[in-house]
Formats: sequence, structure tokens, C-alpha cells
Amino acid sequence: MRVPLSWLAEYVELIPGTTPEDVHAALVKVGLEEEDVHTFELEGPVVVGEVLEFVEEPQSNGKTIRWCQVRVAPDGETAADGGDPVHGIVCGARNFFVGDKVVVTLPGAVLPGPFPIAARKTYGHVSDGMIASARELGLGDDHEGILRLSTLGIDAPVGTDAITLLGLDDAAIEINVTPDRGYAFSIRGVAREYAHATGARFRDPVEQAAPADASGDVFPVEIRDEDPIRGRVGSAVFATRIVRGVDPARPTPAWMIARLKLAGIRSISVLVDITNYVMLELGQPIHGYDLDALRGGIVVRRATPGETIVTLDGKERALHPEDLLITDDRGAIGIAGVMGGADTEMGETTRNVLIEAANFDPVSIARSARRHKLPSEASRRFERGVDPQIAGAAASRVAQLMVDLAGGVADEGGSLIHEAGAREAIVLPHGFVSSLIGVEYTEAEVHDALAEIGGVVTAVDGGFSVVPPSWRPDLTGKAELAEEVARLVGYHRIPSVLPVAPPGRGLTRSQRLRRQTADVLAGAGSTEVLSFPFATADENALYGSADGSAVASVRLVNALDQSTPFLRRSLLPGLIGAARRNRSRGLNDLDLFEIGLVFLPETGRTYGSDELPVGDAKPTDETLAALNAGIPRQPRHLGVLLVGDAVTKQPGQAAVPVGIVDALDAVRRVVLATGAELEVVQGAHQALHPGRTAELRVGGRAVGFAGELLPAVAIELDLPRVVAVAELDLDAVIAATEPAVEAQPIGTLPAATQDLSLLVGDDVAAAEVAEAVRAGAGDLLEHLHLVDDYRGSGVPEDSKSLTFALRFRAPDRTLTAAEASDAKNAGAALAGERFGAVIRA
Amino acid sequence: MSEPREITESAVQSAVDAALAAIASAGDSAALKQVRTEHTGDKSALALLNAELRNVPNDRKAALGKLVGGARGRVNQAFAAREAEIVEAEAAAQLEAEAVDVTALPSRYTAGARHPLSLLQDRVCDVFTGMGWEIAEGPEVESEWFNFDALNFDADHPARAMQDTFFVDPPEAHLVMRTHTSPVQIRSMLDREVPLYVLAPGRVYRTDEFDATHLPVFMQFEGVAVDKGLTMAHLKGTLDHFVKAIFGDEAKIRLRPSFFPFTEPSAELDFWHPTFKGGARWIEWGGCGMMHPNVLKAAGIDPEVYTGFAFGMGVERGLMLRNDVQDMREMVEGDVRFSQQFGMVV
Repeated sequence: MRVPLSWLAEYVELIPGTTPEDVHAALVKVGLEEEDVHTFELEGPVVVGEVLEFVEEPQSNGKTIRWCQVRVAPDGETAADGGDPVHGIVCGARNFFVGDKVVVTLPGAVLPGPFPIAARKTYGHVSDGMIASARELGLGDDHEGILRLSTLGIDAPVGTDAITLLGLDDAAIEINVTPDRGYAFSIRGVAREYAHATGARFRDPVEQAAPADASGDVFPVEIRDEDPIRGRVGSAVFATRIVRGVDPARPTPAWMIARLKLAGIRSISVLVDITNYVMLELGQPIHGYDLDALRGGIVVRRATPGETIVTLDGKERALHPEDLLITDDRGAIGIAGVMGGADTEMGETTRNVLIEAANFDPVSIARSARRHKLPSEASRRFERGVDPQIAGAAASRVAQLMVDLAGGVADEGGSLIHEAGAREAIVLPHGFVSSLIGVEYTEAEVHDALAEIGGVVTAVDGGFSVVPPSWRPDLTGKAELAEEVARLVGYHRIPSVLPVAPPGRGLTRSQRLRRQTADVLAGAGSTEVLSFPFATADENALYGSADGSAVASVRLVNALDQSTPFLRRSLLPGLIGAARRNRSRGLNDLDLFEIGLVFLPETGRTYGSDELPVGDAKPTDETLAALNAGIPRQPRHLGVLLVGDAVTKQPGQAAVPVGIVDALDAVRRVVLATGAELEVVQGAHQALHPGRTAELRVGGRAVGFAGELLPAVAIELDLPRVVAVAELDLDAVIAATEPAVEAQPIGTLPAATQDLSLLVGDDVAAAEVAEAVRAGAGDLLEHLHLVDDYRGSGVPEDSKSLTFALRFRAPDRTLTAAEASDAKNAGAALAGERFGAVIRA
Repeated sequence: MSEPREITESAVQSAVDAALAAIASAGDSAALKQVRTEHTGDKSALALLNAELRNVPNDRKAALGKLVGGARGRVNQAFAAREAEIVEAEAAAQLEAEAVDVTALPSRYTAGARHPLSLLQDRVCDVFTGMGWEIAEGPEVESEWFNFDALNFDADHPARAMQDTFFVDPPEAHLVMRTHTSPVQIRSMLDREVPLYVLAPGRVYRTDEFDATHLPVFMQFEGVAVDKGLTMAHLKGTLDHFVKAIFGDEAKIRLRPSFFPFTEPSAELDFWHPTFKGGARWIEWGGCGMMHPNVLKAAGIDPEVYTGFAFGMGVERGLMLRNDVQDMREMVEGDVRFSQQFGMVV
């Protein structure tokens, strides 16, 4: 909402010299947040001039300019720029006559832009200033020619300061109005709030407008809402007035144009301007009809199926049975509270006007405005609630302005339907406000604050009974009243008291291990990224499905980027995007990880809920369970991507390019950080190198993969051939961990170490051979690791030689070499049994 | 060596002289080893002289034995001394040879980094767990009931339309990307017993512009406390404590009236940023208020018995303000240089 200060000052006392910043500072205290300050950005001297004479001079470029002599100061006086009282000015416009009063910007003036004015040589003359158009002054869009003051109905002596004359010295504050405070979309409401903030005296503009005669019946109106939305009738208040004999061509006064302009509304014509002006002033949207275009009386009703309307923007719109319509005998002539129809709008030929000031149901208007994508100044106000008591006064105010400014005559009386019920009183027990706010308010403070906002406060047993003011539909309960007291007395009164929470248990195990995982990965050289979780269909199909079977994805209706309307099923697309961006910036060796949610709807399953439970009561357990079951699974994954060199080339250090081993090392860090028992087996994933893919398992269940991207995929992505990746379901990994480690005694007696080389088929996984050796060797085997995987000379075709280093230890004695050898041979025997392994001599 | 000779003083002396000269001239441990073989080995002059003691008459055995023994002692002593010198010199030489330019050594370690938003979020969590609060989480694709209805956003209220919501297809299923972490308020109240003090960090989504100060996907943390007798003063005290922990002891809170459907009274919260680049000042950072009675009712909590407060702030904005990040887009582009300037410390 933009509020011109001159307008505000009509209804609340503004101390002279009050700046827009002062007003902002006051209003923010009562909850109207500062947004901006608007001015005309004009600097003088800008004065009223009179065209004394001009000569038309055709130019070689085809244009004809006028070389004008313009009086800018009375004879014998110095002009505002210090120059002669008559200035020679070149003017390109030709819409004026000798004797016209015009607005002259003299050298030294600055027009919005900023566009400084100086005497300058042009078309063979020194043009000593400029004759301004309305647009150049920031007063309107008209740039067809210069502004003739007579068209604004203004005559003022030559040399008069035009900035003041036209109201261009005004400034407007812009405030953010929260959705509960519809009344602050009016000068009336803001003036009242300013009074609350400063204690300045407030004059209600509604009380100054003569209310329409409720008993009048000048125009037939019927409200026939046969299908109220959520039980609320579409219109409970409908006031009309008639003004006859208006002259729609009359100029809108400059002050009104200036105020509308500062408020963000373009001047259209005097009749339309008046309706907008009153809406801004009182917050009551107004619609004006060309009375002679109406056929019969007005009926307010819901649309019928198939009904259409041409709105005044010239568009034909199909109507919905929920749309509330203003109709006459021909059908729809307006979507109530949203936009009027083209057939009955006020125009250049209008002579008689029907003024409508109605109150419409916020829900109905909100739905229609959204349905037709027609947010308007009117719908914005109705959605937030318009004071139901001011329709008559607003209609009368419009009528009076049309009489005053458009030369009309108002019919006696009007018509007023008013079926808005009285507000119910809220009982506010003594002490309630203090107990919610934490400030010891006196009863008088509570009473006075609620009375000041316009409430009717009466003492009842143990508290107050408060009838909220008609313009505050948001005040529906005790808590709302408490806020009013708190903000009027001031939030600064609220002390700072630290509450003591019951003892907590710190992070949950999952939160702790997740954080530790991230720390361990980062500590080992990986950099965390946080990608947007949006993906393409192809990305989800490729990375979100290991075996290429079709997968479902969550799709957004209104994605920001139409190419990525899906939610990711995998973290890899985001990591790939980050890798590509880094590489495009010259960062080639990358080790990235991300921890975040992936979205895994099941194929063929329907999610969501058709109906939602009400908001202000706890749903049943079944309903809650159904709501939760309707939400797709969103586990937290960990993704890793490495590309380039794991170790860069340095003095005495050859480069070590990344590969699957780095992806697996990252997985080992997760094992370290979470204590999970992760099993690595040969795996397959459609996006990964078929020979370089590991499946990661917990408790026999696959929880992820590690490997290298398919080279073709990597190259398609403009990445190097080798891109190491890993992704696992971190939630599942952590869920499978034991809450506490069971410690084993540490043997301190001497160890016996032996190597074991086994010949096995080259298709046997080393880990499985190792497992067999471990199982066969028994408890004496303390540690085993693979030291060599040899193929070639001396090893049969289709075989490999695996060499393990074994460390044996007994808890109670020093092992002999023979005991160690026996254990080793037992291990080799089991490997032989399982895989045909034989000891290589 | 030559034939055994008679043990004479001069023969002994000559052998000793030869040995000492050889020891003195040995330059390294290999040479010294050679010297040892030559001058103390089985075939050395002194060894031969010593062996000759067998053949001397008994009456001279003692004297000659002493002569030879003394000679061998002197040689061994010299040898040991020289050996110590050489070991020391060689050790020193090895250390010298092993010296490196510590600024030009290869590193097999790469510096990694946590994302500063994660680090800041962790810090925020730590401040609250330090106060006994617990950390709660919830889904990012959320039912509209949790995201709106239960939070007192009427289906037709303009506040609901103002949330710039990402809707999940089909819209009739009433699933959205959560627009705030506030649904976790409801989930926490449904899952836990009162009194409860819970902080809910996480990602939220708005169909916002993507520019230097707006992201369509960003991180919030939401605090919610429900207890008997909680007031707005407790809300202010909690936030005061929190901003002091994050921005220093001089930081403090100021509340301004505002509106949120799920709080009543509601407030915008400003905090005094004592170390803001460009000068200490009040800075807006989120919203808060006392929980609306309807919100408590949605979770089955009697608003006549319990009151609660809630607050929500954006982590990105916190990072901008605290660490002088100029452009929010840097936080989501994944450029490793952005995170690496923080490392593990925000």
C-alpha cells in the first residue's frame, strides 16, 4: 500500500516537517513494515508559463518544430532560473495555442530520469528550458503533446511554482500490509494506525461522508445466492447511488491525479479516477456503471454452467458456478469484486452513473480472482475483508465527488442492502493478556488499547467483553486481542526471559552419525555441496534405477525450470552438475559429496489425499496415518563423485588418477563414521561401468553402489572418461548400526605372521576367498589382508594367484609356527573346498 | 701377514703405530671396518704377536703379555673412539642429506570442506541442544494439511496463496514442497509429549526468484516450545540467548508486530548485529510469535492449559549476515572454492 503523505494528513495530524522516514518509523512499531518511499523525483525551477507566440519551422528531418516565446515570470520580474521573464524555447509538440498556460521546466530543473534541464542549442536556437508533457512530469502516460494546464482545469498566474500547483511535491510511503490487516489497504486504515503509533488525533473519513439513505430504493438490487461457498452468502451488503448528468470529459483535478499516481494508480478519466480515489481512501472497492447501459435491475447470483462474460479488459471469460456475478436482464455484467464487464463500464459517452459499493465474501472473491488470474485492487481488498459498515458512506462519497468534479447531480437517497450480522463479543478474562505476553498490563491498559483500536469494551465479571471493530475481521479470539494490546502498548515492553527446557538428550543417534559422516568425508578431502533436488525425466530414469526398470518420480506442477520438473531419485545428477560447473571454471580435480533427501515414489501407487481434515482439530489416528501414508518415501542419501586426480602431480609424486578405489574409500569412511557393517560385492548399475561396479550391502540388503560411470555416459556429460561415484541410503546404513560397540579383549602375546598364496579361478571374488580363509583358519587368525592379485606367467590361464598376509595370535599362549601353519592350511582347505583354490608353491 | 716374529717392544710399538695411523686415517665406517680386520683381525700383527705369547717362556709371559695386551687395549680404544666419531659424522651427514624444502613437498592429502550452510546449521542445533532442546526433522514433500491447514492457513486465506508454493502433480492430491519448516511443529507435537522444546532445521521451497538474495530452495530452522505458562517474554529470551551465541554477547533481539497465520501475537524479529560489515545495526531475520490456539488444537493440545511459541529463520540469510557472503547463488552452485574457504569452521 502506498500512502501519499498529503492524503494521510487529511485524516491524522501530521506535524509539519514530518518526513516519509518518520512515518515509516512510526508505522513499523504497530506492524506496518516499511517497503519504500515514492516521490515525483522532480526538482525546480518548474513554473507556469504562457505561450506568447511561436513560429513553426520545418526541419530537414521532416519534423516541424515550434520556436516559442514563453512568459515564465510577470513582466519586469526575474524568472525563477534568474533569467529573463520571457524565454525562447524550442518545442516539438504542436498541440497548443498562443495564450495557453503550460508547464515550463527552466534551466537547473531536473525531471525524473534523472534528466537535467539546461539551456541548449537545438534546431538553430538556444532553447532556454522545456515545455513539459504530463509524462515528463511523472504525472501520467500522456506524451501525445505538452501538458496544457487548461486540460486539468487549472489556471494560475505565470511564474507560479508548478510543482506545488500540481501536487508534485508530495511523497508517498509504501508499506507492506500483512494479510490480516485488509483495512490498512486504505488511507483510513493507515491513518488510524499512525494515530495508534503516535497518539496523533485521527479523523475517520467515513464519518465525514454523508451515509446513503438506507431507506432509499433508487435502484432495484436483489441478492440471490443459492449456493453460498462454505455457507457464507456471497454478498451481505450492497449500496448504490445514482448521479446524473456527469461530464466524463471533465479533467481530473491535478491533486487527485498526483495522489493516484503516487499511490500507484494511473489516471484514466474523472469518473474512474473518483472510484479509485474513494477505494484508496476508505478501502471500499467501488464499481461505477453506465446507468443507461444497464437493462433492468441488478441481481447478484452465482454463475450458471456455460455462462460467459466479456470483462472490461476486452477478454471473454468462461465462468465457473462458484463465481459470484453481478447481472442485469441480459446476464453477467461483472464478476463481483474482481472485474466489471465491458458492456456497462463508464466511458466517454456516459452521462448517468450507478455507483456500487458492496461487500463480498472474501473466500468467493479469492477463488474467483485466482481462477481467472485477475488479482485486482478490488479483489485484494475483498480477500482480506472490507469493513461491512462503510458501503453506504463510500457510495455517497463517490456521488459527492462526481457532483463536485464531474458536474453531475446526485439522486436523493440510494439503496442499501445490509444483512451483515453484528460482531460477536469476545470475553477477555483479566490476566489473560499478561499471561500470554509476559508483561504485567494494568486493566486500564488493556481496556484503553482495545478501545483505541475501535473495539467496544465493557466490563464483565472477571474480565472484559470486547466487540471488535467492523473493519477488523481478523480479531476472532482472545489471542488476537492480546496482540492488539501488546502492539499498542509496544513490543518493546516485553522483557527477555530465558525458559528452562526439560533436560534433553542432544542429537539423536542418526543426527550424530550423519554429522560425523559428513565431517569424516570432509576431513578426508571431500567437499560438501548442496544441490537443488530437481531432475529431468532422463536423469531419474538413468541414475534412479539400477537395472533400467521404469521408476516413478514426483513431478512438480509449477517447476521453475520446465526441463527439470521432477524431484531427484538420486544425488548423482546434482553432483554431476556441480562437477561440470567446477570444471567449467577450471577446477578439474574434484572430490564432492552431498547428503540430502531423494524422493522415491513407488511405481503405480497413488499418493496424497483427496480431502484434507480441518485445521483446528486433531485428526483421528487413522486420518493421520492415511495422510502420512500418502507421502512418498524420502530417504536421506549420501552421494560421492570424484573426477580428475585423487593425488595431483607434485615434486617426487606422480599423479594418482581417481577410480573406483576412491569411491570405495569414501564408502569405507562412511563405515568408519557410522560403525556400519557394509559389505562390498560385485554389482551392476545401468549408469555404471559393467566391470567396475560394486554393490553395497547392509545385512544382506543392497543399500547403494560404488563404481565408475559408464565412460559413454561420462563423455556425453563432457566429463573425463573416468568418473568415480558412490551413492548409498544413509538412513538405511545408520538404521542397521548397533547402538553400542561390543569390545573384544586385545591379545598381547606375540603374533605369528605367514603369507598364503592361493590359485583360484579368475572369476572368483577375492573377498569370498578371503572369507573362506578366515572361516577355515578359525579364531587364531587375527587379521588378513590381500597383498597381491597376480595373473600371468606361472599362473594357469583363467586363474589368478591371490596372496594374503595372515596374522595369527592366541589369547593365552605364544603360538608356534606349526600351529600357525595348521590354521593357515585349514583356511586354504576351506577355500579349496568352496572355490577349488590350491596353495601355490 | 709376515712370519711370526719375536715379541719385542719395537715390534709391538710398530704394530700399534701402524694400527693407530690406519684408524686415524679411516674416513668412514667401511674403511674403519677394513682397518679393524687388518689391525685387530686374526692375521693382524698384533694378533700374531699375541698368538706368539704361547711360545714365550713362562718367566716372560707376564711382562710380554702385559706389553701385547696393553698394545691391543690402546688400539681397541682408539678404534672405539674413531668409530664413535665416524658414526656421529655419518649420522649427521645422513640428516643433512635427508634435508628437504618443507615448502615443496608433495601432499597426498586434499583439503575437503563441509558446506558452510551445514556448518552453520550444526552450530544452531548445538546452541539449542545446549539448552536442552531436541532436533526434529520431517519430509520435504509434505501433505498440505501439515504445511497449511494444521498451521491455521485457511484454504482460501490470501496467506496461503502468498506462500509461493511448489505443488506436486496432481494438485488434487494436496501434496506440496514444504514452504517452511513449520509442519515439523505439528509433527513434533503429535509425536512427543508436552512440554516440548524442539528445533527443526531443514530445506524448504518457494517459487521465488533465483537471484543474489533469493533462492527457490533454502534452509530454515524452526523453533517450537510448548509448555505451561510460556509467554512472549520467553520467546524473546530464547531468541536473545540464541543470537548472542551466534553473533556475540552484544547481539540482542527486537520484536516488531507482524502477522503469520500460525502465531498470535506474531512478530518480525530484528537482531542487533554488533559486527556487521559496515557497522553494527538492526537486521531483520525471521518471524516468530505465540502459537495460535488453532495450531495447538490441530495437535490435540489444549490451548487453555498450554501455550507455546515458535520462530523461524533462514540459514542462508544468517550466513550472509554473519560471514559477509554477498551472493546467495554461491551457496548452491557447488563451486568447491566457496565451501573450501570455510573448511570445517564457519
